[in-house]
Amino acid sequence: MNNKYFIGFLAIVLCLLPLIGVQGYPLHIVITILIWSFAYTGWSIMGRFGLVSLGHGAFMAMGGYITALLWNYLGMSPWIGIPIALIITGLLALIVAYPCFKFRIVGHYFALVTLALSEVVRQVIIATRDYTGGSLGYTPEPHGEGWSIYAIQFPDDRIVFLYIAVFTWLIGIIVWRMVDGSMSRYALEAISEDEDASSAVGVQVTREKLKITILSAVMTAFAGALYCQYQMFISPDTIGGVGISLQIVFAVVVGGIYSSLGPTVGAIITLFLAEILRVSIGTATVNLTENLTINAAGFPLFIYGIMLIGFIIFLPKGIVGGLSDLLSKKDGQSLDIKSSKAK
Amino acid sequence: MAEFLDSLFSIFFIETLMNGLLLGGILALLSVGLNLIFGVIDVVWICYAEIIMVGMYLIFYLNNDLGVHIIPSMIAGILFSGLVGWLTHKIVIARLIDAAPINQLIATGGLLFFFQGAAMIVFGIEFRNMGVSLGSLAVSEDIYLSWTRLISFAISGLIVVALYLFLSRSYLGAAIRAISQDKEIMSLMGVDTKKLYLLTSAIGGALAGLGGCLLVLQYDVHPFIGLSFGPITFIICVMGGLGNMVGGFIAAFIFSELITIGGYFAEIEWGYVLAFVFFIIMMFIRPEGLFARKS
Repeated sequence: MNNKYFIGFLAIVLCLLPLIGVQGYPLHIVITILIWSFAYTGWSIMGRFGLVSLGHGAFMAMGGYITALLWNYLGMSPWIGIPIALIITGLLALIVAYPCFKFRIVGHYFALVTLALSEVVRQVIIATRDYTGGSLGYTPEPHGEGWSIYAIQFPDDRIVFLYIAVFTWLIGIIVWRMVDGSMSRYALEAISEDEDASSAVGVQVTREKLKITILSAVMTAFAGALYCQYQMFISPDTIGGVGISLQIVFAVVVGGIYSSLGPTVGAIITLFLAEILRVSIGTATVNLTENLTINAAGFPLFIYGIMLIGFIIFLPKGIVGGLSDLLSKKDGQSLDIKSSKAK
Repeated sequence: MAEFLDSLFSIFFIETLMNGLLLGGILALLSVGLNLIFGVIDVVWICYAEIIMVGMYLIFYLNNDLGVHIIPSMIAGILFSGLVGWLTHKIVIARLIDAAPINQLIATGGLLFFFQGAAMIVFGIEFRNMGVSLGSLAVSEDIYLSWTRLISFAISGLIVVALYLFLSRSYLGAAIRAISQDKEIMSLMGVDTKKLYLLTSAIGGALAGLGGCLLVLQYDVHPFIGLSFGPITFIICVMGGLGNMVGGFIAAFIFSELITIGGYFAEIEWGYVLAFVFFIIMMFIRPEGLFARKS
């Protein structure tokens, strides 16, 4: 399932979707899935080595907000704004991650430091509400009517964004595979098994970890910028904060952390689940008493929660990992994220 | 500059400092339960603040909908949160006790979604208020402190002392402390670690329920209230040194003062930013916590 011909075939099929009459809402779902898949892939390239970050909500929000702010206040085209946002996010990742790795902050300590980072960025966005709109959200100003390549805005036309999203998604998968085939992968796997031992045999622990962290942060920030350009609306809770950080972890764990298509499968499952529940149950509210209700809007979170726990306990390699294990009838699978066996 | 000094010595600043102290009492209580679980079982409950929320909702429901008196409602809230804590360990953590710590953390992240979703289904997303007001105490002509905060502070203090005594004086407390130092040896000595873990989880859950009792008097309940108290509670525990009750207690006051002082000079969000940035920096300087002893 991780074969490159299959992925290429998938990309071509996705590009042909508008020709076979897929448009409007279904196309919107496809684009959203692709953008989130890219963000999830970005997280998983470091998550699979036991570097579980709960700070990716911060990176995603930075990507979106910096691009939108530069456009609205300085009139800077996203063609320049996005690279600037990526550089700033990369620097932030460097500033936070370098001391973390230098001082050997690993495991759940690392998760908690990055969780604090998520909160810092979210609170800064809310605190600067005069500029960023706070928790009410923020919209990049439209550049005239209709299309604008200068502003990367394509209102009422999803096809252009489909191509951008497919291309980005493909890049994400390629980056994943490049990391998978690189020497860094072996270094990082060794590090996740035993830092001291790998450093003793000459692995540059801090440097390897930093490289992967910055790459991962920049990818996530790019997903944030793309999301902002596509939706033309961002808010601290839709692309940032602890909620999004956990959502990223959740989707990757469900999809499969050790396979290139795992994050994509995770995105498909979570978004489809959310949409199916929204359409079938709706957001209806039945009032039982003055305060007790049955509010259907809560079901996605409720079911996500149960699924996440179930996956961690019974299928920690995720759907793709579990399936390929089943297909190749491998036994002796390891049950923790740290000892990664990629396929 | 003169303006700054004026604001520093103004009566409102003193009020801010006192309010920070009172907030610190609550945060200390919130972090103490998490700290216990952290220290003994070595598991991070990302969903800890959501258990507090569950307790808050139960108290609110019993009191507002069923008309139960506030004291029995609170006792029910504490007992139920204790049960939730027990179940959390029994159903989720016990199965992952040998997994990587990060898997345990992600699983409790699943519980976080689960509790939020359940609260949304049952109570909707509206903010609910108990509508209890005990008025405020006039300390001087210009300084007013709310009674609910003062009472909460006193209760937090009492509970922290009681827990300290329980851990240091009682037989069970000694067993819990011993197990937090070395679980392998303790189980070889014939101590049933599973039972002690369940007991600790139940106590931790009940402490969350107690925190819920105090919070429900001051804040509106809504399904996402955990996200406003959760992160700050974790960082207090980490900052105090995991499992170090006294350290966590002091850290709670440092953070509450940072938040309120930040809120005094700018918006309250900057207070939180200040607190979180302080945490990140302190993590680099003292990764074992502010008050860690050299081992």
